[in-house]
This record gives sequence, structure tokens and C-alpha cells, in this order.
Amino acid sequence: MSFDNAYESLLGHEDSHWAFGTGFSEALSGVNREFPVGVDREDIVAYCLMLGDDALIFSQRLSEWCSRAPELEEDIALANIALDLLGQARMLLTRAGEVLGKSEDDLAYLRDERDFRNVHLAEIDCGPGPGGDFGTTIARLLVFSSWRLALFSRLRGSADPVLAAVAEKGLKELAYHRDHAAQWTVRLGDGTDESHRRMQAGLERVWPFVDELFATHAVEARLTGVAVDPASLKSEVDGVLEAVLAAGGLSRPADTRAARVAGMAGRDGVHTEAMGFLLAEMQHLHRSLPGAVW
Amino acid sequence: MADDLELRFERTVQADARIEPRDWMPDGYRKTLIRQIAQHAHSEIIGMQPEGNWISRAPSLRRKAILLAKVQDEAGHGLYLYSATETLGADREDLTLKLIEGRQKYSSIFNYPTLTFADVGVIGWLVDGAAICNQVPLCRTSYGPYARAMIRICKEESFHQRQGYELLMTMMRGTQQQRDMVQDSVNRWWWPALMMFGPPDSESTNTEQSMAWRIKRDTNDELRQKFVNMSVPQAEALGVTFPDPELRWNEERGQYDFGQPDWDEFWQVVKGGGVCNAQRIAHRRKAHEDGAWVREAAAAHAQKQAQKQAVKEGAA
Repeated sequence: MSFDNAYESLLGHEDSHWAFGTGFSEALSGVNREFPVGVDREDIVAYCLMLGDDALIFSQRLSEWCSRAPELEEDIALANIALDLLGQARMLLTRAGEVLGKSEDDLAYLRDERDFRNVHLAEIDCGPGPGGDFGTTIARLLVFSSWRLALFSRLRGSADPVLAAVAEKGLKELAYHRDHAAQWTVRLGDGTDESHRRMQAGLERVWPFVDELFATHAVEARLTGVAVDPASLKSEVDGVLEAVLAAGGLSRPADTRAARVAGMAGRDGVHTEAMGFLLAEMQHLHRSLPGAVW
Repeated sequence: MADDLELRFERTVQADARIEPRDWMPDGYRKTLIRQIAQHAHSEIIGMQPEGNWISRAPSLRRKAILLAKVQDEAGHGLYLYSATETLGADREDLTLKLIEGRQKYSSIFNYPTLTFADVGVIGWLVDGAAICNQVPLCRTSYGPYARAMIRICKEESFHQRQGYELLMTMMRGTQQQRDMVQDSVNRWWWPALMMFGPPDSESTNTEQSMAWRIKRDTNDELRQKFVNMSVPQAEALGVTFPDPELRWNEERGQYDFGQPDWDEFWQVVKGGGVCNAQRIAHRRKAHEDGAWVREAAAAHAQKQAQKQAVKEGAA
């Protein structure tokens, strides 16, 4: 071995820790990857992209906090949540890719904006950019993780074995995300006048994007037994949010909702203006070097 | 009495045993350690920025996950090290202020810019590699909490180093454009990496006392030589060259001869004149100041909870 170096002895020679915390393929090893019969695979692809893009785009947003959080502990926590969501996204894009004959990277880097299926809540700027602050970020995380946790707890029973396995694995992660967001919501709501004002402002900022989470898309309606109808989650999620807001002395914003665009929104590939910039940044290097291997 | 304590301290250090937080220690030892560990913690935290610069643009999802996990580890290292300074009576908030006010330093390497994704790999390979050479001896340093933190940090840094090298190996198997990108990055980072061992022994002011206290265990020049010896075969395996015309194997010494970095550039960057010095501090300052209201809220909430608990207990 030519790598005679001072730290080799610290590592040992097994590779089990290689890319520690970033693996995902082992996570689903042993899971049956056959598609359920009688279901349109195109619909399963679309559904995997919806849930996968939600996670990918929100992960991209959360990772913007890395080195910018209010405390080191929070740098670590937000990066951890971003990593969990990135892991979920990779499993879901990989599943969609099995039908399309594409890799997770083809789907993440080579699709155009109109082909992304994530909800608007995942993509808007909630800080650390000019679109928000830590309070806004926590408001989004609270809503998103409460909704996705409710969704995944039902998705465990999906007729698609991969979706069921992704949900099973993601459940513990999402429970932690929701808990983290709920604790901060209460802390900020209760802490100081300034933190209360900012937390309330954060809720007001994200609230118009909540309604979209519960709108049933045609794909979801067709995938009976495979997909979860998001409309069925509303009362459970409302209950969770109400309890958290009450504990933080915060008020539920009025039920305003962002208008759709000619009847369409994120699930139809119609996004906000923020999305183009997000994708430009995320995709540019991959697209700049066609044929490169990473 | 004081002489007894001092004697016991000296004997503990000489016997290569550990000094623990409650043990008596000379003021100079305590101050030197706080300074050194804090600078190390600051380096981890500032070091999040140059690589964090590429998280949003990482060219594959696997690389994005690896990079995010790595930068997260750096925050963790900063946290262990600030905790180690707290065992010596320092305070994290106070040390953070010293950093953003420029009263304490961090590793000057992080004042260099990351210009391509190959820099992520080269930082892992050369910068983390040099850091590990500096840090492995610290796993045997005389102060217990520092030594234990360093064991954990060195293990994690070793994973990072291998990940960086593996990225470069992959890029070298890719397109010509990628190979050029790697070589360009090596050309930019090689000399700054050699500078990480500090000035030549003949000009280093802190070495002698730190060696006697066993805070430091090898001289700057010894470590630099070790790093060069290690890195040359790795570069050959990778298929890149180092930008040093004087680099060659010396049969007589059984080591590589190599040229000296530009020490004028080193001092210029150390004194604040690097491409990114002002930017790195401004970034850290903004995060700290923007987060003040959050930290205040957390403290206020904790205090209210404690008061409620006290009232409850008083009533019971």
C-alpha cells in the first residue's frame, strides 16, 4: 500500500464507514421492487416525482442555512434535516427513474422547471435570504413536516412496496423534524416580544401556501391504494398546528390562499419566480460539463 | 505548596499522563491551551464556508449529501472544541466575539477561495490531509479533554480526506475538462497546504514552550516534511503533479526535497490581506448577529419555564 500515512491506523481498513451518513441504496435493500398490478406506471412516476421533488427542493432551501444558523447546534440540526430529506428524495427519484430508464441525477439535474412537481411551499425563499428569517424557516418546517409526517404514516400502507418502504423509513425522520420545528415555534412564540412578532410574521408568510398541500391532484385520485389523498390529511394536520400554535401563544393566520395560475400550481409544474433561480444554481455545474462523472 | 503543585504538574506532563480540568495547571498553560483550542474551533467554523460554498451547486445528489454531511461534521468539531475550552473556564460567546472582532485567529488556509468543484476534493485531500498531520499528534496532547476531542475529530477528518481523494480519483477518470480542473485546483492549493504547518522552525515563536508542555509534539518543519513524503505518491497515483520544480526524492535523506512556499504571501494572508479574510469574518458576524434574537428568545423562554416550574414546586 503506497498510502503510508499518519492517520491510516486510525481508520482501520474496512470501508463500512465510507460516505458515512450519505448512503441510501442499502436503506431499501431487500425491498420488493415490482410494481403493483393494475396501476399505470406513469402515474407512479408522477407521484414519486411529486413527493421526491418536495423533499429535494426543500432540502436545497434548508441547506442554504449551513454556516448561517443562529447557533452551531442549529447549523447541525438544519443540515441533518436537509440530509434526511435529500435521502428521501434520492429514493423517490430512483424509483421514478426505474420506469423512465433514468438516474436520480438525470432527474434532479436535467429536468426543466416545468417538469418539477413540488409544492410551492418547498421552493419559496423563507430565509436566510431576503424572503424570510429563522422564524419563517421554522414556520415552513412546522407546516411541511406536520403534513408530510401525516402523509407518510398513511403511505406505509401503500400497495407499492417501495413507496411503503420509503414511508416506513422516513417516518422517524419526519417525527424528529416536526418535533424540532414545534419546539422552536413554542420557544420563539413565547420568548421575547421580538421573537413572538417574527414567528407570527413567519406563519403569515407561509400560510398562503398551506392550502396547496391538501389539494388532490388527478394523479393522486387515480392511484387508489397506492397514493395518499392529501385532502384526507387536513383535519389531522390542522389539529397538530393548532396545538403547537396555542402552546406558543401564536394565532393561526387567516385562511388566505395563493391563487392558482390558470388553475395550475406546483403539482402541475407551474412554479413561483423563485424556482428558476433555485434550479439555475442547483443544476448549472452538472449541465455545464456534459459527460462528466462525479 | 505552589511548588508542590507545579512539581506534580511537571511530573504528570513528563510521564505523558493527562492533565484534567480540575487539576492544578500553570496560568500560561491554561492560556496557551485556550488560545490554541479556540483557534482550532474557529478554524472548523470558518472552514464551513469555503466548502459550504459548493453545497447548493454540487453536481450529483451523492456528492451533495457527502458535502453537506462533511460541513455538518465541521460544525460538530467546532462544538466539541468550544466545549473543551469551556472546561478551562472560557466562554463560547466570548470566544465568538473574539473571532468576529479579529482578536483571535483561525487557520489562514480558509482565506483562500473555492473556485471549482475540484476544490472540494482537493481541500479534502490536501487541506484535511495537512490538518490531520498536524492533529494526529494532538491525540496524545497533555490536556485530557483536548486529546479526547482530537481522537474523534481525527477519525472523522480521515473519512473526509478519503472522500476528497475519492472525488478526485473519480474526476480524473472523467473528461479532459475534469482532469484539467483537478490539476488547476492542485496548483492553487499545494503551497497554501504547505503553509498550514506554520512558519519554518527558525521563525516560529510558540514552538519551544509548547513542546515542553507537550501541547505540541512535533515541529512545523518535521510535520511539513512528513506531509510532503505522504502526498507525493498519492499525487502520482492520482495522475497530477505539484507545482514545485525543486520537488525530488533525496536518496541520501530518504525523504523528498521540496521548495519553500512564498512566506511573504503567507504573512500577508495571516495579517488579513487574503482574498477572503474580510468576507469570511463578515459572513460569520452576520450569522451571529442575525441569530441574536433567536438566542435571546431561547434564553427568555427557558427562564420563563424555570419560573413556572419554581412556582409549581412552591405551590406543591
